[in-house]
Amino acid sequence: MVAYSSVSGSESPAAFELKAAGFTLPIFRLLASDMEAVADQLATRVGQAPDFFRNTPVVIDLGSFPEQGEAVEFPLLVGLLRGYGMIPFGVRGGDKAQQRAAEAMELAILGDSHSRPARAHPEPSADSGLDDEAGGANSLVISGPVRSGQRHYGARGDLSIIGPVSSGAELMADGNIHVYGALRGRALAGMKGNLEARIFCQDLRAELVAIAGHYRVSENIPSELQGMPVQIFLDQKILRIEKL
Amino acid sequence: MARIIVITSGKGGVGKTTSAASLAMGLAQRGRRTAVIDFDVGLRNLDLIMGCERRVVYDFVNVINQEATLNQALIRDKRCDHLYVLPASQTRDKDALTREGVARVLDELAQGFEFIVCDSPAGIEHGALMAMYFADDALVVTNPEVSSVRDSDRMLGILSSKSKRAEEGAEPIREYLLLTRYDPLRVDQGDMLSVDDVKEILSLNLIGIIPESKAVLSASNAGIPVILDRDSDAGQAYADMVARYLGEDVPHRFLEAEKKGFLSRLFRG
Ligand SMILES: Nc1ncnc2c1ncn2[C@@H]1O[C@H](COP(=O)(O)OP(=O)(O)O)[C@@H](O)[C@H]1O
Ligand SMILES: [Mg+2]
Repeated sequence: MVAYSSVSGSESPAAFELKAAGFTLPIFRLLASDMEAVADQLATRVGQAPDFFRNTPVVIDLGSFPEQGEAVEFPLLVGLLRGYGMIPFGVRGGDKAQQRAAEAMELAILGDSHSRPARAHPEPSADSGLDDEAGGANSLVISGPVRSGQRHYGARGDLSIIGPVSSGAELMADGNIHVYGALRGRALAGMKGNLEARIFCQDLRAELVAIAGHYRVSENIPSELQGMPVQIFLDQKILRIEKL
Repeated sequence: MARIIVITSGKGGVGKTTSAASLAMGLAQRGRRTAVIDFDVGLRNLDLIMGCERRVVYDFVNVINQEATLNQALIRDKRCDHLYVLPASQTRDKDALTREGVARVLDELAQGFEFIVCDSPAGIEHGALMAMYFADDALVVTNPEVSSVRDSDRMLGILSSKSKRAEEGAEPIREYLLLTRYDPLRVDQGDMLSVDDVKEILSLNLIGIIPESKAVLSASNAGIPVILDRDSDAGQAYADMVARYLGEDVPHRFLEAEKKGFLSRLFRG
């Protein structure tokens, strides 16, 4: 096999070049795990200088995140930052579990020279059917219960769970989410802003449901819908829950 | 090959050590060579409940550090020839349980034992992770309360990702639910979750329901695994649990609140 010759050896003009470059980027240093507090303070900050944040790439820094080993709510955080026009693209610092969670949200792990994590995969699971080659949308299928503290992310497609989802568990998908069982945890569909995404479940007891960032917590889910098979979708940007 | 059974839970005080002692004794009484190891470094409880605390010379950490051989550290139970106890260290250095060290001890035990029961500390601290890492089977000890059930659920998630079997992509750990301190009266009053509630939330194979029982405390105080108290409800429930673990089909008992008739009130005072 011939080695890929670079610019000098090829006849056709080079279509690209790879170069190393350094950028100065704003760092979003996360200091607390309470996303509500983050949301509140961010709203104030953005209110003061809305243009400063628009289309700004940011790096999330976990170096000062106090609660050692505590989970960072990346889905909410990323949604929040994107909502204000920022482009979160990477994470610096944090422990292995936090970095794995960040990778599950497709954030890059920016090496602190000392802690370069091994390439982690979001939740190894034998029965996850990724079919990139088939050309169809990705779909991730998980058989068996999703436990508190576990999270699954159906990137670029649907996520289907054949089993119950415990409270404290988190499901995310760029496309739809299907739960063939009780949904007691959180489900966030349309993570990349897809307003058409939906959530389907057999038995609704969720802590939180969200579609493209429009969310509802358990308290705001009418009791007559609790325990029902439902579909959840956006209607004029209003989250609707409908019995199936 | 020996089977390694971890007794685990999300929070402390749910009955892990009580259960580990009775499971190990129950297996041994059925003629299976069994070792029970205390992974709760610093707290050292198992030897008390097994009634061998005054015979401890060396402990688990001594063996890991190669300051003693396994044979020197293992304490043979006086009531049952097939049962050995490997006590925890009282030195508070949890990090002494290295993965390599634990692996070496378990490998050596596996040569001579059929079952290795690991009594774990609660939660996901180091000792608990070490106890679960090598497990083939896990008994998740749960009390019928919302918080305990939630913690157990979390433990199950961790078990399915932080074990050797998970890392190697081998057949997953066999997980069992052990419901302890079950009080039917309080379930009827709505203070506790029912068996069905817990089963539904955790969707897990239920291996036993141990009733709340005074016999447990008396047995612990006397250094006797409660399974040896055959007249007690808890002892019988543990015996049933052992039978189920070994594949026997035994119906669950002690699910109903006892009807306190005139006579039973008279006799119980
Ligand atoms: N079935 C039961 N009925 C009554 N008390 C119990 C029962 N199981 C455990 N206990 C008591 O609960 C306490 C904690 O038990 P232990 O086995 O040490 O729990 P752990 O090892 O999970 O911390 C002890 O005082 C024990 O006597
Ligand atoms: Mg204990």
